[in-house]
Amino acid sequence: MIQRPALLRLLDEVGTVDAVGVEERAAKFATRSIKRESKRFGLRLAASMVDLTTLEGKDTPGKVASLCRKALRAHDTVEVPPVAAVCVYPTMVRAAVGALAGSSVRVASVATAFPSGQAPIKSRLAEVKAAVADGADEIDMVIQRGAFLAGDLVRVRDEIERVRDACGEATLKVILETGELETYDNIRAASFLAMRVLRPGDFIKTSTGKTSANATLANHQVMIEAIRDHYLASGTEIAMKPAGGIRNAKEALHFLVAVKETLGDAWLNNRRYRFGASSLLNDLVRQLVKQETGAYQAPWNFTENAGGY
Amino acid sequence: MAPKSKKAKNAKKAKNADNSKTPKDADKGGKGDRGQAAAARKPARELLFGDLWEFDPAPESADPRIEESYGLFINGRFSAPKSRKHFTSVSPRDGAALSRIASAGKADVNAAYLAAARAFAKWSQLPGRERGKFLFRIARLLQDRSREFAVAETLDGGKPIKESRDFDLPMAAAHFFYHAGWADKLDYLAPGRRCEPLGVVGQVIPWNFPLLMLAWKLAPALAAGNTVVLKPAETTSITALKFASILQDAGLPPGVVNIVTGAGDTGAEVVNHPKAAKVAFTGSTEVGKLIQRSLAGSGKRLTLELGGKAANIVFADAPLDQAVEGIVNGIFFNQGHVCCAGSRLLVQESIAGLIVDKLRDRLAVLRVGDPLDKNTDVGAINSGEQLDKIRELVQSGIDEGAEIHQPKCRLPEKGWYFPPTLFSGVTQSHRIAREEIFGPVLSILTFRTPAEAIEKANNTAYGLSAGVWTDKGSRILKMAAELKAGVVWANTYNRFDPSSPFGGYKESGFGREGGKHGLLDYLKLG
Repeated sequence: MIQRPALLRLLDEVGTVDAVGVEERAAKFATRSIKRESKRFGLRLAASMVDLTTLEGKDTPGKVASLCRKALRAHDTVEVPPVAAVCVYPTMVRAAVGALAGSSVRVASVATAFPSGQAPIKSRLAEVKAAVADGADEIDMVIQRGAFLAGDLVRVRDEIERVRDACGEATLKVILETGELETYDNIRAASFLAMRVLRPGDFIKTSTGKTSANATLANHQVMIEAIRDHYLASGTEIAMKPAGGIRNAKEALHFLVAVKETLGDAWLNNRRYRFGASSLLNDLVRQLVKQETGAYQAPWNFTENAGGY
Repeated sequence: MAPKSKKAKNAKKAKNADNSKTPKDADKGGKGDRGQAAAARKPARELLFGDLWEFDPAPESADPRIEESYGLFINGRFSAPKSRKHFTSVSPRDGAALSRIASAGKADVNAAYLAAARAFAKWSQLPGRERGKFLFRIARLLQDRSREFAVAETLDGGKPIKESRDFDLPMAAAHFFYHAGWADKLDYLAPGRRCEPLGVVGQVIPWNFPLLMLAWKLAPALAAGNTVVLKPAETTSITALKFASILQDAGLPPGVVNIVTGAGDTGAEVVNHPKAAKVAFTGSTEVGKLIQRSLAGSGKRLTLELGGKAANIVFADAPLDQAVEGIVNGIFFNQGHVCCAGSRLLVQESIAGLIVDKLRDRLAVLRVGDPLDKNTDVGAINSGEQLDKIRELVQSGIDEGAEIHQPKCRLPEKGWYFPPTLFSGVTQSHRIAREEIFGPVLSILTFRTPAEAIEKANNTAYGLSAGVWTDKGSRILKMAAELKAGVVWANTYNRFDPSSPFGGYKESGFGREGGKHGLLDYLKLG
């Protein structure tokens, strides 16, 4: 019997995406005009959804501790909610756990040979377990894009499953690296591949931030429509995390508009939605200060960006 | 289509679930998430489109610069009508009066034609590159003042500012740019033939895209070397009259374009004037037939762009979310006041339930209300008269047993509004499947095979446009060849470009607008 390739079989089940159509839809979110109180609400909501991130070779416990203080208190005068999590490399988890003890801010760690994922599965699993043992509340893993593009969907799914088990109680975020999957059909298929083995509250995430193509409104739209379809089919609520490239408040609000109009109010909170970003928080705070004082503040009034993506 | 049979089951289950009857084998069906999405739909799995994050009003604040009163634009200047009659133009947004508009009588229309005939001698002899310069200038001036015109268009016609700003104005300018480029290249339009302008052209345009239809009519007529007497629709004259000031600023020679305003009587004068070498009309099929009758034997050229009842055909293999977006764009764009609106949705039976579910979720986030608000998706109905017509046809749909779906939405108290409306369970014999509603009302029918889709799509007196949604390229080509429609969109809807000819079959009219074909309708070939 002739077996259709796994990707085509999956697409037969979940349906395909038309590139022109989805980009047209995405462009409409960016025309929404968010003013006054709705803007303030959106800015605060976005701030509470940030996974404040530093993923640099030059990271040190001192820098992570500084980032954690910013995560808890982003500005001196304006009321900004604490961010959702601080996201670091596994070696920095202990430093973050110490700095954030007793707060609502969670510690997330990238793992599984981030960002390439090109390491033996044994060592990737060991990395996950080590990060969890050090106190990480959340694990951001990468999928094997090479295996996915080669059509070995079973391997990709099995690995996600094994990482999920290694996570134990920790929340899992599966990075699809949309920039390397390239087509919207691939992104939709990969979303379902991951979601079918994820637990309620686990995330799918656009990108590592380490490639040139990051989160866009269009690939974000493909993913949240997949989350919606999966929820309506199975009842499982999967969370979403766009990451990389969202640098200013206006963009973040457009992403939230897409969530509001696609997934609805139930996803407008930081258990169901996150922004992976380092410099976004500063612009959110800057806009909030502007809302309060009527004037934009100079950049040196905000603590330095964490670098990275 | 064998593999889709599972979805057929699921689609039916979705309907059952809606009626809160439990299907026998609710959870056995297909594994497909597409199918399941519909099959497994229970109240607990509704998406919540609530008021957690309400958007504050975001009104567009540019000054539309509408004058208190407008005369007739004849021979390059505004003058009081000899008829001494005026009428008031009101905004469908809130019913407020916007301006006092002159109502042209027989003598006024005659004066306009005389001015146009006088101007023709010089204008038609002008080198093409010189006429092109005027058109380029008009296009640029229109771009410069696009925000002001967009607000005026929205106030006068009721369409959302988002559409007038992002569609009507850019497209109107694009038509002038496109035809400006043709003006000095007419010799290459029909190789080996000589192109000559026709003379004075009488043009009557509708109220759904007031400025854009003006651009569609004026740009090719002027590029070809004709002069024009144009009558905008009674309810939407303001942007045409504002446009006259752009013609003045561009230094267009007096009499090349004359704009006479008024109701149907004025239109009849424009159409029947003996000096008209050609009549171009966009509007209802009813009036189009009257015009054709009255022009018979007169030797005048005629092009008609009339009504439509377009089929938007969705196959089971289509990219469904984008199809839903295309369906919404097809029927709710400009409140459905679009002659090529995809008002008949033909959906393959196996996915019908799923498509209706997806449409209902999509409708839940359509924002209906003040057209001046930048976040409004569906604005005001153009006139009270049109609103009555929509209501009457919607009532007929209910009376004839179709199932109506409308989202919960607060409509403004003042002005004319109608919520986006779906009818499922519609058949070919329903009035709402045969008559043009020209409002935000979609009739959903089903089909099983491509042949049935074509038969149903062509089973109409109209033939302006159609849409096909499928992942299969060969099917698109076959459908496009067999659909009797002037425009067939594939995996998109309501896409326009000045270079693409637009026009209909059967009772949707004849003649084309846009592209080479549209230009040829304003020329005689020697």
